[in-house]
Amino acid sequence: MTAGSPASSRRLSQLQALVLLAVLLAGGVALLEAFGSGYHRTLAALTLINVMLAVSLTMTNGFTGLFSLGHPAFMTLGAYVAIAFTYPAGRKSFAMPDLPAFFSGIEWPLPAGALIGAIAAAAAARIVGISVLRLKVHYLAVATLGLIIIVETLALNLDGLTRGGRGLTGIPRSAELWLIALCTLLVIVGCWRLKHASVGRAMLAVRENEMAARCFGIDAVRLKVTAFVLGAGIAGFCGALLPHVVAVMTPNSFGLMLAFNLVAMVVVGGQGSILGAVFAALAFSLGTEGLRPVEESLGLYGLTQVVVAVVLILVLIWRPKGLFGLDEPLVETR
Amino acid sequence: MTELLVARGLGIAFGGVVALKDFDLAVAEGDLLGLIGPNGAGKTTAFNLLTGVLRPDRGTIHFAGREITRARPERRALAGMTRTFQNIRLFDELTVLQNVMAGAHGRHGASTLAAVFGGPVLRRSEALIREKAEAVLARTGLAELAGQRADALSYGDRRRVEIARALAAEPRLLLLDEPAAGMNDREKAALSELVTRLNADDGLTIVLVEHNVRMVASLCRRLVVLHEGSVLAEGATERVLRQPEVVGVYLGRRRDHETRQGAGADASEGAGGGC
Repeated sequence: MTAGSPASSRRLSQLQALVLLAVLLAGGVALLEAFGSGYHRTLAALTLINVMLAVSLTMTNGFTGLFSLGHPAFMTLGAYVAIAFTYPAGRKSFAMPDLPAFFSGIEWPLPAGALIGAIAAAAAARIVGISVLRLKVHYLAVATLGLIIIVETLALNLDGLTRGGRGLTGIPRSAELWLIALCTLLVIVGCWRLKHASVGRAMLAVRENEMAARCFGIDAVRLKVTAFVLGAGIAGFCGALLPHVVAVMTPNSFGLMLAFNLVAMVVVGGQGSILGAVFAALAFSLGTEGLRPVEESLGLYGLTQVVVAVVLILVLIWRPKGLFGLDEPLVETR
Repeated sequence: MTELLVARGLGIAFGGVVALKDFDLAVAEGDLLGLIGPNGAGKTTAFNLLTGVLRPDRGTIHFAGREITRARPERRALAGMTRTFQNIRLFDELTVLQNVMAGAHGRHGASTLAAVFGGPVLRRSEALIREKAEAVLARTGLAELAGQRADALSYGDRRRVEIARALAAEPRLLLLDEPAAGMNDREKAALSELVTRLNADDGLTIVLVEHNVRMVASLCRRLVVLHEGSVLAEGATERVLRQPEVVGVYLGRRRDHETRQGAGADASEGAGGGC
């Protein structure tokens, strides 16, 4: 937020930035649909979902100073709830025999299912948040790690709903690229608006000094719950989209490794920087895919994860606040 | 004049150290009251109890006729009591204007949904908050610094921004915890002038914790002197400053301070800084 700095004259206005983002997304989708291979489209879809996840985590953690690692838990929940609504009706009794009879005739379109998945994840976050958000920074991190394990274990053992470790296959590939791009645009714009409104400033005040913020009338607990629930809702939505890109869902599709990667994206981009999270998610997603052939040719499997960890450590040493800190690069913030 | 803030028999101990005992305080509407005492006397602890940063072990607090002894800090702030901190707690990565605008959120901020979806409610709230914040900045002489990041300011200006942020919450009672600490003489004079104006012109009730006895004496009509966690003296400024026990506490301060440090009786300041 460098309003009034010399660079601000060369920054895009918010409207220009919005138009540019929309054009880039629409153009990218059009090009990929016309000329891209299935591989490219899937890569683009996964990249955009990573962008949404990183942006929502920078809202939850970056705006309010929480340190939640719980995104994968909410993604898993959102995914299974959505699948219960979108899975081909004819195969439900075989794949998910324990599903209540109500679901047996249902085969809803993805947006409806994903929305319900998001609401379920947000509701779960609201319930968990009441107790968990009393915890200070690293205790919250540990508690949300526990949440990932709990959800994963539940999914593994609720065999009649999830097919356990064998996973659900044959999920409709209904997450069209344009739909994901549209959702990405909405998530970025929504989080941007939140950050630059009074509520956003109040959240940042809580992050900077909770007691000082409370002493001039900011309800810190409520804002933290809001950020946690909103972030979980977006995570639930993304979790619902993902299996509809790759057609498979297993209990450990979204695990600890993903939690680490997401936190790495947020820390590298700058905690609280929305565009920082976007750039970090793009670099991470495309970078790891770019490194894959190197891994294979050298036989150094796991190399990408090492690179991510090293980048994270280097950023923490040289730029502890991330590449952009709280700032938004390139765009005016008034 | 009606009494705005009344504390009766407040007490708190940290571990074995009694930081404040049987603390009574009555602040009338329109008062400009000084709370003084040597290091570790319990001044900041008293503020922390009054504003809800700490909960008292015993005693009651009433504000504007309502009991607030157990109320959360944000409730007290919305009821009309805000404060500054001895160790400045500004939001360093935000600009001066944004810091002060955050101060107005509790009263005038639009909801999260309004923020995300926009619309007239959000626009009105944002415009009102900006207007209020700009008015406070003008009042406190900070208008020119509005666009600066808080961490780029001089020490004296940071103190003033903290006051401005507390004012943006539209208090009836403002508690200032050592606002002149670390200021040079010119900044102190400007601060004195600001405090006087806020009290005399705007009718704001102010309680001031201050080390600098000369400054308090020139500003405050009434003083409360704390010593070792209890009220040593209170009343009209000139009379209090002439009382032998008050003079004794201040003249004997050096020796007193050394022995107290050994006993770890600075717990009140430590607890204030740590929360």
